[in-house]
Amino acid sequence: MSIVVKLSKINKIYKTDEVSFQALKNIDLTIKKGEFIAVVGASGSGKSTLMHIIGLLDKPTSGVYELDAKSTSNLEENKLAQIRNKKIGFVFQSFNLLPRTSALENVALPLMYAGIKASERENLAKKALEQVGLSDKLPSHPNQLSGGQQQRVAIARALVMHPDLLLADEPTGNLDSKAGNEIMKIFKKLHKEGKTIIMITHEDNIARQAQRIIRIKDGELE
Amino acid sequence: MDILETGKSALTAILANRIRSFLTVLGIVIGVTSVILLIAIVTGLQTFITNQIQGLGANLLFVIPGRIGGARSPGGVQANRLVFSDAINLRNKLASEAEISAAIQRNSTLKFGNKIDHGVAVFGVESNYPKILLAIKLLEGRFFKESEAQSFRKVAVIGKTVKENLFGAGRTLGQIIDVGGLKYTVIGALGGRGSIFGIDADNAVYLPFMTVQRQFGIQNLNTIYISALRPEDVKDVQNKAVGIMKKRLSEDEFSVNSQEQVLSTISQITSVLTLALGGIAAISLIVGGIGIMNIMLVSVTERTREIGLRKAIGAKPSDILSQFLIEAITLSGLGGIIGVILGIGFSLVIGRFFTTTVPLWSVALSFGFSMLVGVIFGVAPAIRASRLDPIQALRYE
Repeated sequence: MSIVVKLSKINKIYKTDEVSFQALKNIDLTIKKGEFIAVVGASGSGKSTLMHIIGLLDKPTSGVYELDAKSTSNLEENKLAQIRNKKIGFVFQSFNLLPRTSALENVALPLMYAGIKASERENLAKKALEQVGLSDKLPSHPNQLSGGQQQRVAIARALVMHPDLLLADEPTGNLDSKAGNEIMKIFKKLHKEGKTIIMITHEDNIARQAQRIIRIKDGELE
Repeated sequence: MDILETGKSALTAILANRIRSFLTVLGIVIGVTSVILLIAIVTGLQTFITNQIQGLGANLLFVIPGRIGGARSPGGVQANRLVFSDAINLRNKLASEAEISAAIQRNSTLKFGNKIDHGVAVFGVESNYPKILLAIKLLEGRFFKESEAQSFRKVAVIGKTVKENLFGAGRTLGQIIDVGGLKYTVIGALGGRGSIFGIDADNAVYLPFMTVQRQFGIQNLNTIYISALRPEDVKDVQNKAVGIMKKRLSEDEFSVNSQEQVLSTISQITSVLTLALGGIAAISLIVGGIGIMNIMLVSVTERTREIGLRKAIGAKPSDILSQFLIEAITLSGLGGIIGVILGIGFSLVIGRFFTTTVPLWSVALSFGFSMLVGVIFGVAPAIRASRLDPIQALRYE
């Protein structure tokens, strides 16, 4: 199995004028292709920071992060945007769909930044929405959808570029247990299809559904 | 990410906040509307005056008291020293080259039966007046003869407005009217010449020169018209006239102007007017731009999460920059389009009362300027949006 994410001695220190805070301490972590990982930790444990670094939204203070066996240090802003676009799919706790924009257009958004033609975008977005069982909601706006449906649109948006890595930050945090279970079903299905998934959660019963659990406490892996 | 796409999503964002967007572009709308309208009025004014003067004939020279474009204004501080003997003197010396005609003017009240016409321009002119001023066209009757002028006959030729005010559709010729207390017989009526800003060139009556001089006790002339018999002599006649006049009056006390000189003076005046009025209107465009900048900054703050999300899913800083810049330009462009429509519309409405002309350059200039304002005042908010840290943006509540 090839390695998708390899973190070596990752440190992240936040510095304000007087206080400095070490959010991550010497993190070593390897994630293979096809793994379904749950990152569990209390709030302030550093799990979000870890997620941001893996998602290339933030840079480590020191250490090396290799994505698909390529170092991500020294990449400029535009290149990082391109990698986020092509290799990483994000799912957020609060869905982050664009209001007043149809489900189809929301899902097609990453395709637009990838420079794909409008006609083709529509086809690809439709397929992604089919994958999450929302073929009947293409023209619906977010405010016409339930929380679970909105999160499924968000998952479709994360999948539409066929990324190597799916990053989910508390994907069930804003949902009731029924909708949460539906989302977990989708993740498990995607896992079976071979997707690499990293999911942050603080709920043990959600974490247990993943293949492997990583616990983080005070910026260190347990 | 192409511009058309961005423009479409910009329109969506603008239409999502209809009232806010409308209020934002109002400054631009008012600016563009007023630029177009003011330029239309000034250009119309210039066209009207130019036509009026050109209608007088290209061979015409005007001797007037004072100087045009000189240190002293015509008929201003300087006392009017132009008298009838100057006209006679010119006529004697230029007889083979030009026709000379003196004119005086007073405002007075006309009465016919119980009808009263106030503020009528009473012109005292010589019998050769219609030969010189080609714009004077008789519709009915005739102009007075030299014999009538010499014998102080009280005869009148009336303008179109006077005719309408006093006689309506009734008989005109042979009627007796009261001009400033004396009775005159109407012997002719003129065609229309038009009006501007409420000054009606047709609210006028033409009487024999000497009759008016005697009745109103006027010594000084308003104008001596000189019409060169041959067009190629105009310059020569002008020089000679200046020479003749100089023997009696100083250079500050009179001027001999050709139609061309009067036109260029008018064009100078209207250029300054255009610049001044257009400049004032342009200030409101800049104020409108500040409004756009303000609302774009608010929009960037409101949509911080959206910007964070767009960056997370692959938007480059330049994508975000162009999105917000195009939104600002779309806003100001919409304002510009509305302003152009309103400006042309108002010009047409006002055009019913006096001449307005909308030159294409004023539309292009004001619309272009409104777009430019969008670019200039849209840059700062767009840069701010493009520099947002995606993590901070996603966390923003």
